[in-house]
Amino acid sequence: MPTSIDRDDVQRLMAEGAQLVEVLPPAMYEEVHLPGAVNIPLKSLDRETTARLERDRPLIVY
Amino acid sequence: MSPRAAWRLESLGFTKVFDYVAGKADWMASGLPVEGKLADYPRAGTVARTDIPTCRLTDRLGDVRDRTLDADQDVCVVVNDDRIVLGRLRGETLDADPGATVESVMESGPTTTRTDEPLEAIAERLKDARVGSILVTTSDGRLVGILYRKDAERVLAENQ
Repeated sequence: MPTSIDRDDVQRLMAEGAQLVEVLPPAMYEEVHLPGAVNIPLKSLDRETTARLERDRPLIVY
Repeated sequence: MSPRAAWRLESLGFTKVFDYVAGKADWMASGLPVEGKLADYPRAGTVARTDIPTCRLTDRLGDVRDRTLDADQDVCVVVNDDRIVLGRLRGETLDADPGATVESVMESGPTTTRTDEPLEAIAERLKDARVGSILVTTSDGRLVGILYRKDAERVLAENQ
């Protein structure tokens, strides 16, 4: 079950090496995104588009 | 959108999925760094003054007035324990009966803008409405600060 987190948790997890994924449309991602985040829009989330992510490493989605 | 994405990622085999529901607006509201084409674009949250006085519904107006004037401000924002904006005190309302409660005289539901609102757009809205300031909140209604039109116009002029 995914865990809801706040900004402090995000910073802590980022410091520990978490992966960041923005699921908003590309245009919104290109304008501004969190440092180091990759963009995989919700509509295109599948095995192929997430292949570059590590499954056992913390993953933050927003 | 992110809760659905989080569940989808779990279904794809990810074992440590965290959902940052408040997202970019919340992140930018705190002044944390961002990347992207518009990362340096001025927004309401980055220009808002955050040292605005706050008070609670049950506070006595006389105390609030003193605190507000001591802080050299003319506005006090009414918030709850979670810093959610409930109302505003300014102008004549601050000079009402000192024994009255904030709740009895406050302006309820003041207009707010979000932290990530582009400065150009909000400056235009303030000008059209002929108002000098607007409260800035996160996407879930938490107070960030107050944006003065003169500050917005100054920053926009500097960025031209």
